[in-house]
Amino acid sequence: MAGSSNRWFRLSAVAASLAAAARPAFADFETGLTPGVTTTSHEIYWLHGLAYWVCVAIGVVVYGAMAWAIFHFRKSRGAVPAQFHDNTRLEIAWTLIPLLILVVLAVPATLTLIRMKDTSDPALTIKVTGQQWRWRYDYIGQGVGYFSSLDQKSVDAAKLHSGIDPAAVPNYLREVDNPLVLPTGRKIRLLFTATDVIHSWWMPALGYKVDANPGFINEAWTRIDQPGTWRGQCAELCGVGHAYMPIVVTAVPGEQFDAWLAKKKTEQASAAAAAERQWTKEDLMAKGQEIYGKICTACHQANGKGIPGTFPALDGSPLVNGPVAGHMDRVMNGKPGTAMQAFATQLSDVDIAGVITYERNSWGNKTGDVVQPSQVKAARK
Amino acid sequence: MTEIALHGEHEHPSGIARWLFSTNHKDIGTLYLCFSLLMFFVGGCFALVVRAELFQPGLQFVSATTFTQMTTLHALVMIFGAIMPAFVGVANWMLPLMIGAPDMALPRLNNWSFWILPFAFLMLLSTWAMPGGPPTTGWTMYPPNSLQTGMAFPFVIFAIHLMGISSVMGAINVITTIVNMRAPGMTWGRLPLFVWTWLITAFLLIGAMPVLAGAVTMLLTDKYFGTSFFNAAGGGDPVMFQHVFWFFGHPEVYIMILPAFGIVSQIVPTFSRKPLFGYRSMVYAVAAIAGLSFIVWAHHMFTVGMPIAGELFFMYSTILIAVPTGVKVFNWVTTMWRGSLSFETPMLWALAFIVLFTIGGFSGLMLGLAPVDFQYQDTYFVVAHFHYVLVTGALFAIVAAVYYWLPKWTGHMYDERLGKIHFWISAIFVNVLFFPQHFLGLAGMPRRIPDYAPQYTEWNMISSIGAFVFGFAQLLFVYNIVRTARGHGAPAGARPWEGAHGLEWTLPSPPPYHSFTEPPVVDDAQAHT
Repeated sequence: MAGSSNRWFRLSAVAASLAAAARPAFADFETGLTPGVTTTSHEIYWLHGLAYWVCVAIGVVVYGAMAWAIFHFRKSRGAVPAQFHDNTRLEIAWTLIPLLILVVLAVPATLTLIRMKDTSDPALTIKVTGQQWRWRYDYIGQGVGYFSSLDQKSVDAAKLHSGIDPAAVPNYLREVDNPLVLPTGRKIRLLFTATDVIHSWWMPALGYKVDANPGFINEAWTRIDQPGTWRGQCAELCGVGHAYMPIVVTAVPGEQFDAWLAKKKTEQASAAAAAERQWTKEDLMAKGQEIYGKICTACHQANGKGIPGTFPALDGSPLVNGPVAGHMDRVMNGKPGTAMQAFATQLSDVDIAGVITYERNSWGNKTGDVVQPSQVKAARK
Repeated sequence: MTEIALHGEHEHPSGIARWLFSTNHKDIGTLYLCFSLLMFFVGGCFALVVRAELFQPGLQFVSATTFTQMTTLHALVMIFGAIMPAFVGVANWMLPLMIGAPDMALPRLNNWSFWILPFAFLMLLSTWAMPGGPPTTGWTMYPPNSLQTGMAFPFVIFAIHLMGISSVMGAINVITTIVNMRAPGMTWGRLPLFVWTWLITAFLLIGAMPVLAGAVTMLLTDKYFGTSFFNAAGGGDPVMFQHVFWFFGHPEVYIMILPAFGIVSQIVPTFSRKPLFGYRSMVYAVAAIAGLSFIVWAHHMFTVGMPIAGELFFMYSTILIAVPTGVKVFNWVTTMWRGSLSFETPMLWALAFIVLFTIGGFSGLMLGLAPVDFQYQDTYFVVAHFHYVLVTGALFAIVAAVYYWLPKWTGHMYDERLGKIHFWISAIFVNVLFFPQHFLGLAGMPRRIPDYAPQYTEWNMISSIGAFVFGFAQLLFVYNIVRTARGHGAPAGARPWEGAHGLEWTLPSPPPYHSFTEPPVVDDAQAHT
């Protein structure tokens, strides 16, 4: 059963990619769902096609009858109205036939759904965490985890009146600094959660989206057939930055993936070591500016003025210009009930030290304080 | 006071007092209709800002914040300010006329349920003047995102409470009127379809609106009084809001479409000069849709992570709605079959309703299949779907109703040529506006985003062009209404439509102040079933 249905899905996927190849000139007038790169996405694509053609067939009958009536039974052509107004057999027929059609649709949909829910025996588990407004990917049990944010070129072009033509930016709003890297041919389990509000991780090429709910975990699985890079974005309205949290998946063959993972692990270990040494103010300011630009500007704005009534200003803020401990507490532990998150779990010691140093010495703030990563580390305890 | 009560026939209030203190179903109906027309243009302006910004990628006119506020208020204003009050307005005008009653059963309640609305919307729209502005949450107000809203939050919630109170009082009035005030001989089996659909809609309103009130009240206490209904850190669940909201939200969808079914079921037989086909199954179908509407809510939330039993149940119950909906469409088409059709403006709008609402039904069926919905959910495919059912469905039926009964309301015929021009521009450009949105959604564009990847540019441009032409074409509608109401156009006579049946056509146009002072007696010929 599974083998033969797989063959059908593959065949229809091949047919679909042929059809897609036949009209490359119209690539920008895209009209269709992607067949995707997994068995699940192929099945969904096939179901979509089935439902579509069922609708077309019903449409031909209904609209055909209407058109016939409009043309033939016009008063202007001298039509005399019949007076029949009831037919029980007809009513029963057009109740039962649609019911049968629904069964035809429901059976394959049910089978696909059951298959999609089977997340057992994964070769790799990755936790996907949504937050305003970027994604974090943690390779469970591998000691590797990182943020994936909108590419800086898109960030610049996306500003109101930026003067930059989005078409000139490669993959505008669909490019990230660090894509999610996955191996091909292995069953991967994905866990979804969020730290602040509800997000939704949508990768059309994998065939689904899953909501990332704060405080809860959803799961899904995938097995990618071929290497490549695919793009998607957050699908659940998550505040004003909703349009700016894209998702990029890069699938590479197994050995290449293992090598990448090992390299990433070493990198992250040495980054942790960097937190131990003393940093200069210039280095911390540079680090802080980078992190501020990525994470804080969305609310507090590049000029530190915030958005009056919604997001407070940091420029001249009593908290930022007050004792270091209070400022550090707010950045690390957030403010419940607002968009200000607890960044202690999201940012490294160096990142937090940099951003606090930057905020205390930028715009009109001139405290002269330097906060070292070691202080942040100590505050964590 | 007693003077007016005793001599109400001759000395009803005039000037501003007539409108402020009115207990007359026709005056209140007119107030509802004028208010909804105004809100239709307010909500339409918000939509045009959205479409202007989406004309090309990048941000040209408004910030992401303003854009999202526009989408939020567009929905709230259109749903609660335009579509629902328009149906209530038509009901106010037509229910007593169609069942042979002098007025609505509860005239003072009627006055109150209307006059709450302008204040509710004043409060809603005043959020533009508040620090932070209106919510950026969409009309669905999902927490925790909505809990980040600033000062506008309690105002929006209180406005929603007022709208709910208004709707529930209106519903009570409709049920009381229909149950108690039918003329002798107006049996359940002779009730016009528009009356039937409104009766069932009124029950949906009473079942659904209090649930919305509960949901938004929980938001309010979560934000200001330290409760944790939707906060996982306090033992709550953010997804529970969605369950409660859509338990209201799905019946709400049918609240906005069942009266439209009723209107089309009045118009199609009139211009086919043939009785409605399958009267009984039409009533059963409406009741079945209304019943199903309370057990399908989670199809709005297939991606939130439900157990498989839940997903299967909501998939099956959802696609089951296609059956009674199909029955309705088949019956309308069969009503036309071997009739004697003519195509005056109301008939054109009703036919466009059948064709285009069915497209929304098709996409609804596709969306009901849970695995495929994992791709469709929260994309422009959904936006296209619900605009086909709400614009070319509910709104087109309202426009059809206005053209159909305007001669009755004003005593004058509207400009038929202008009506047809209005129809054709609207019918063509509403498709230019919404059809490409199917393609955008399938190709991967999520909804509620102010900016998009450049591969979506072309269809967005086409959609925006459609929006502007469709929007401005509605000024023709206003012009035609104003012209007719001011007494231009030929006198309508009691029954302007040759094929029309029913009690409303036995009264002069416009009808007397107290519609039926003596109850008419209804027989089969009049009921035409």
